[in-house]
Amino acid sequence: MPPPRLVRTEALVLRQRPLGDADKICVLLTPGQGRLEAVAKGVRRPGSRLAGHVEPLSRTMLQLARTRSLAIVQQAQGLESFGQVHDDVERVSRGLYIAELVERSTEPEVEMGPLYDLVLGALRQLELGGAPDLVVRYFELQFLDEQGYRPELDQCVRCRSPLEPEGNAYAPSLGGVLGPDCRAEAFSRPLSAPAFKLLRYMMRSSYAEVARVRFDASVANEIEEHLRGAVEHALDQEVRTAGFIDSVRRAGSPTGGSNR
Amino acid sequence: MGMSFRPAVTAAPLARLIEAFHRLPGIGPKSAQRLAYYVLRAPREEAEQLALALLEVKDRTRLCSRCQNITDVDPCSVCADPERDGTIVCVVEEPLDILAVERAAAHQGLYHVLHGAISPMDGVGPEQLKIAELVIRLEQDGVRELILATNPNLEGEATAGYLTRLLGPKGVRVTRLAHGLPVGADVEYADERTLREALEHRVTISADPERGAAAGDATPDQAADGGAGAPVAASEDGPS
Repeated sequence: MPPPRLVRTEALVLRQRPLGDADKICVLLTPGQGRLEAVAKGVRRPGSRLAGHVEPLSRTMLQLARTRSLAIVQQAQGLESFGQVHDDVERVSRGLYIAELVERSTEPEVEMGPLYDLVLGALRQLELGGAPDLVVRYFELQFLDEQGYRPELDQCVRCRSPLEPEGNAYAPSLGGVLGPDCRAEAFSRPLSAPAFKLLRYMMRSSYAEVARVRFDASVANEIEEHLRGAVEHALDQEVRTAGFIDSVRRAGSPTGGSNR
Repeated sequence: MGMSFRPAVTAAPLARLIEAFHRLPGIGPKSAQRLAYYVLRAPREEAEQLALALLEVKDRTRLCSRCQNITDVDPCSVCADPERDGTIVCVVEEPLDILAVERAAAHQGLYHVLHGAISPMDGVGPEQLKIAELVIRLEQDGVRELILATNPNLEGEATAGYLTRLLGPKGVRVTRLAHGLPVGADVEYADERTLREALEHRVTISADPERGAAAGDATPDQAADGGAGAPVAASEDGPS
C-alpha cells in the first residue's frame, strides 16, 4: 500500500459525525479542494488535543494524511473559533443553516471558487455582531448567484418586460420575479414594492451598505420567505436547519413558544 | 450490513449469532466471531443468562415519567430518593451522562435526560428531544435551578442555548457547567476558546490579604455568579 499523502490546508469545519466510540468524521470546506471529509481521532475523549481545533463552525489549519479511504487529521491549529457565534443560539442556528446550504450544494473534492470566502465572510459578520437574519439573507443571495440561480430582478421571467417595483410576484421555480401582467402564475407569491427594492439593493451592494438600510419586520419576513423558497428550489430539497431557526424564534417569543 | 458464511464452513445458527454481534456498535467481524465462539463454548447457563438479560432489557425497562432516564420502576430510584434535592435538576443528553455525573459525587439534585442534542442537519430539532417533559416538570415540581450539563460541543451548546432561551423567562435559575482545561491536559495544545473560557472563569487561589480575598474565593466575575466552583450562569442576563 502506498504511504499516505500529506496535505496541508486551511478549512472551515461544517459539521461532525460520530465514528466509533472516540472518533468523529469532520465535514470540511477548503479554499482549494472544495468539500472534504476527514477522521479526527479521539476527539470524543475529554483530554483530546484535537477536539477544540476542529469544532464545527470554526476555521482551522489542518495537516491531513490522505489515504485511499478517508483522510485522517494529523494536526490541527485553530485559526478562528467564532466564539460569539457559538455562545449565542440565534447566531449558531444561522451558522448551521449556512453550513447546511454549503454541504448540500457541494460535491466532494470539487473546487467551489469563491464559496469559501462567502461562507467565511458570513461567519465573520455573525461573529462581529451583524443582524443574524440579514447576514443569512445576504449570504443566500450571493450563494444563489454562485450556484447559477441568481434571481432575475430586472425583467419579468415570463414576458421579459422591464420590472417596476409595484404589482410583482416572486416565482422561485422560474428563477425570479413575474411582472403585473404575468403574476397570475399559481406557483408565485406576491412581492411587495419595499421587498422588491430591498432585494435589488442587496443584489448589487456590499454587506456594509445593506447593513445600513432600515426596513420593517414585515419586509424582512417577506424576503426570508422568498429566498428560502429560492434556496430550496436550487437545492431541490428542504433545508432542515430552517426549522430550527423557527424553533429558536418561537422559544424567544414573549409567550415562550412551544416545542411540540 | 451482514456477513455471508458458506454453510459448509459455518453452521447456520453460529453464523446468525456472528451476524447479530456484528450489528452491535463498535463490534467488527473478528470481534463478532470471537464473541460467538465464546458463547458457543460457554456453559449453557451462561448463554441462558445472556439471552435472559437481553430479553429483560427489552421487556422490563421504560423511561422514568419524571426524569426520562431508563428504569425498571417508575419513578426511578433517583427520583424516588427522599435524600435528593428535587429543586435542582441537572439536564444531560444521554442516560450514560448520569453515571458520569454520579461518579463525580458532587450533585445531590435530580436529573433530566434529553435523549440527544440538537443537530438540525441530522434531523434532530427541539421537538425530537424530551424538552416538553422538562417544561412540565418545571411547572409542576417547584424546580429552582436547572444545571445544563450538555456536552461542550456545538450541538450541546446549541441545545443549552435553546433551553436557556426557552426556560430562562420562566423564573428558574439556569446554569451551565463551567468550561476550561481538562485535568491532565497541556496548555500548549489548548484551543483559543477553551483558554479564553478558562481565563474568564479563573478561580483565585491566593490573594492580597489587605484586599480581603481569601484563597479559594471566586474572581470578581465569578462572585456575582455564586462563588468558586459554581456553575457558569447561562441565563442571557448573566455572565456566560
